[in-house]
Amino acid sequence: MATIFGSGIKRREDPRLITGAATYTDDVKLPGLTYAAFLRSPYAHAQITRIDTRAAARAPGVLAVYTGADIKDRVVPVPCAWNVPNCNLIVPPHPLLAHEKVRYVGDGVAMVVAESRAQARDAIDLIDVDYEPLRGGVDPEQMAQPGAPQLHAEVPDNIAFTWVVAGGDAERAFNEAEVKVRERIVQQRLLPTAMECRAAVASYNKGSGQLTLWVSSQNPHIHRFLCSVMLNLPEHRVRVISPEVGGGFGSKIPAYPDEALVSLAAMDLGRPVKWAEDRSENYKATIHGRDHVEDVELCGTRDGTITGIRTKVYAGLGAYASTAAPGIPTILHGLVYSGAYTIPNIHGTIHGVYTAGTPVDAYRGAGRPEAAYLIERLVDIYAREIGMDPVEVRRKNFIPADKFPYTTATGLTYDSGNYAGALDKALSMLDYKAFRKEQAEARSRGKYLGIGVVSYIEICGLGPSQVAGAVGFGGGLYDSAIVRVYPTGMIRVYIGGKPHGQGEETTFAQIVAEEFNYPVENIQIVAGDTEITPQGWGTYGSRTTAVCGSAVKVAAQRVKEKARKVAAHLLEANEADVEWKDGKFSVRGSPDQAKTFAEAALMANLAWNMPAGLEPGLEATAFFDPTNFVYPFGTHICTVEVDVETGEVHILRYVAVDDCGPPINPMIVDGQVHGGVIQGIGEALQEIAIYDESGQLLTGTMMDYAVPKASQMPRIETAHTVTPSPVNPLGVKGVGEAGTIASAAAVVNAVCDALEPFGVRHIQKPVTPARVWAAVQAGQRGGEAAGQNGKERAR
Amino acid sequence: MIPTSFEYVRAESLKDALKALDDGHGTKVIAGGHSLLPIMKFRLAQPTRLVDISRLQDLKGISEKGRGARIGAATTYRELLDSELLRERFPLLIEATETIGDIQVRNRGTIGGSLAHADPASDMPAVMLVLDATFNLRSKAGKRSVKAREFFQGPFTTALAEDELLTEIVLPPIPAGSGSVYLSHDHPASGYAIVAVAALLTLKRKTVSQAVAGLTGVGESAFLAQSMEGLVGTRGEPEAIGRAADAVTAGIEVNGDTHAPAEYRRHLATVMTRRALTTALERAG
Repeated sequence: MATIFGSGIKRREDPRLITGAATYTDDVKLPGLTYAAFLRSPYAHAQITRIDTRAAARAPGVLAVYTGADIKDRVVPVPCAWNVPNCNLIVPPHPLLAHEKVRYVGDGVAMVVAESRAQARDAIDLIDVDYEPLRGGVDPEQMAQPGAPQLHAEVPDNIAFTWVVAGGDAERAFNEAEVKVRERIVQQRLLPTAMECRAAVASYNKGSGQLTLWVSSQNPHIHRFLCSVMLNLPEHRVRVISPEVGGGFGSKIPAYPDEALVSLAAMDLGRPVKWAEDRSENYKATIHGRDHVEDVELCGTRDGTITGIRTKVYAGLGAYASTAAPGIPTILHGLVYSGAYTIPNIHGTIHGVYTAGTPVDAYRGAGRPEAAYLIERLVDIYAREIGMDPVEVRRKNFIPADKFPYTTATGLTYDSGNYAGALDKALSMLDYKAFRKEQAEARSRGKYLGIGVVSYIEICGLGPSQVAGAVGFGGGLYDSAIVRVYPTGMIRVYIGGKPHGQGEETTFAQIVAEEFNYPVENIQIVAGDTEITPQGWGTYGSRTTAVCGSAVKVAAQRVKEKARKVAAHLLEANEADVEWKDGKFSVRGSPDQAKTFAEAALMANLAWNMPAGLEPGLEATAFFDPTNFVYPFGTHICTVEVDVETGEVHILRYVAVDDCGPPINPMIVDGQVHGGVIQGIGEALQEIAIYDESGQLLTGTMMDYAVPKASQMPRIETAHTVTPSPVNPLGVKGVGEAGTIASAAAVVNAVCDALEPFGVRHIQKPVTPARVWAAVQAGQRGGEAAGQNGKERAR
Repeated sequence: MIPTSFEYVRAESLKDALKALDDGHGTKVIAGGHSLLPIMKFRLAQPTRLVDISRLQDLKGISEKGRGARIGAATTYRELLDSELLRERFPLLIEATETIGDIQVRNRGTIGGSLAHADPASDMPAVMLVLDATFNLRSKAGKRSVKAREFFQGPFTTALAEDELLTEIVLPPIPAGSGSVYLSHDHPASGYAIVAVAALLTLKRKTVSQAVAGLTGVGESAFLAQSMEGLVGTRGEPEAIGRAADAVTAGIEVNGDTHAPAEYRRHLATVMTRRALTTALERAG
């Protein structure tokens, strides 16, 4: 029997996506639909002294105008849902519309609802606001200094929290170390840039008191929860539907004011209200990612044993604490400072800082790419310092394959791994030794080639709910599935996750198909509607396959067990004698006496002839709560040629070896790796959100913000090793973020390797041609500052 | 991304278009719309009326003019690329056009639209300067011709009067023994040139008789580098090319932005000019 689990079948969701037949939130049309538009602050930090909405209210087609003052007593501020403990977190209120003060360019000031989108937009220009500009600032380090402009009265020095991770004795390790290296690393602000911007449609039934909210969301159940809080509406009267979602990358996890505001308007007007961002609004009003200023250090022995890592990080949060923001530079960042290595002594101090910029929250990888980047840059810098091959330093410090489960200095327990296996595979694909030879030969001709190796680990499959509670996450982290079998044997699976590009309509169908010896066509995966799907926590943190997929597996097994009982009854056999063999239920020893799953399903649904005491019907619900996170890993290698005259970086080859356990669909896994790698390459070479001195976003459109284009990207060579995880029944680990976690460091390592002859040790990402050229110039001048030049330019 | 309200007129004849332009203030001409529509959607431009000339056959097409060519202003980039005549006589124009936008942009965008818009980073102005093009302009009151070298007056500023329409581009023949090249270093997001160099070298008995380099993206508008004169009479030795390239931005106020600070852009202009001249010389020989 051919197995469907593990086969690279085509994505079932693609035909509707690529033919324009999918329904996104902005495609939802309802009778009497009205349209909302937002007036957003043009100032980074200012006092609002007066708002005059009279002209807007009189404009053609306008139905309502709302200001912060109008609504503040009717709603609850936007909640922050990750209350990280032991760090004195201060969460100042985040009003749905600013009143008194605006705190970033894009902060909502007023909402207009009108008969048409154009009328709403036109009326926005008629709102007259007087602002008294205040000093702002978006550099998290500078904003944390005494004397910096204070954004929130209740947050001295803008410091939202100071969180410490410690394991072993880092101070002693550094004092006693033979070798110490340190670097300043700036992990620039990034714009998530999902292809579909955010959108919401709210409809309120006055008769039933039921609010239905369509919203482009990665986690409709979380949106239901948080919207009910913001609107003071009982949760059972809120239905959230997340239809087709065109990407999120973390930006559609958080609760935003906007969806609550359109809901409020729909309730007031008794008519449905739609709002959809355009890209310029998206770049201001949807969360950003990364934004760390770090001083990082590594210590070790002369012969290549890493003994400690120490960091001091200023993590920009933007103007308010977004939904998951406090957990990202802490739990999802500092806890993984060990990387793939046995580093006994770790200390990190992380300051979360409010700045007068768009709020920062989870962006593909969320905290873990920042950790992998600083570790993997430091390992290369250390290798150069001690004159050792960076590959050998990695190999020497790897957690050995026979030491799993392995508990790190920061207290995490890695589930399974074989780091050297992935490294060896990648090295052989690339022929590392041959490249080093070619590199030496090229240098003699004045050509500069470089190679960057990264061995990453990731913490994902979030995660045990008990741990979620312990680290202050305001939700559970289990997930759920209902497997419902119809009389004809066709199956619908309702899941708590919300795939938005990751392909689970295909891979989850493969899990179920494998269970019942079915073609995937017999199975439909349903997600995104809180009315019909079981409570779940959404799709992010590379968790959906490991957690929700496991729930699917468990629910399918429950269904199968009941079907087996029905089959035994039909076969007039002892239940204990009936087994699943060759894709059928058959009597042990008499394979001809058999019933298919569909035959059993029909009888279970008809219930004409059931075993005594067995209920009719065939469906099962499972809530799966994992016992641990999963820890995917791998090695990525990038080779580059740098034109030292122009500073241009050309990627020659990109090899990605990832281990996410057994791939359910290798083609989809490769697709996830491709997308992730490209996002990391964008981060390494060209993406940066830049604010000017006054807090204006200079990269506010796609004319300025350099999202990677297909023509700019290399071919990616993928391969896999398979090390199953013991923490879930599928043995799987996540792979959605892996590429991004690995690739930024792989590219920058390669560029710095290429520029070694110029003494270039570090260049801040993105390593644009201008920065590469400046680093080469500084190197040629023998300047120590080669690595420092990026920061001023970046901010 | 919703522009302010405007009136829309589709011109059915050149006369229509010129009349509409003559009628009043706030009228803008639209052809491909690739430059105008984005700034309207940002509400940076709020014209009260658009005159659409994209269906005027009079303004389209490419034909011989002696050993040169004439190009209708509403000719699309795609039509330029499909022209055997241009490919044979003006490979520089073709090479530059190949760097513009993507397929959709090249299918819609027009050469005249780009020239009239005069974005300081767009490709066509530098090419027109190097090729010493002449632009034919029409208004209700009459017609006149302006040399490309007098047409571009600053960022988004040209010699066009409010009631005038650019109707035709005339390219004089390129002398035998010439080699040309277009090199562009693009902004990774917009695709516009950070620095682009259009170069044309002509050799007579192995000696440079003509050297022209036009740069775009570097200054407030495309310009011809004065330093090229030093190449005339040389054999294009690396030192001579180096000297010409080193001085390529002399007298120019170089742009700087977040992606490419002025210091880098000046350096890049030098490197790219040197490479462009070297290639043009090879192609001439």
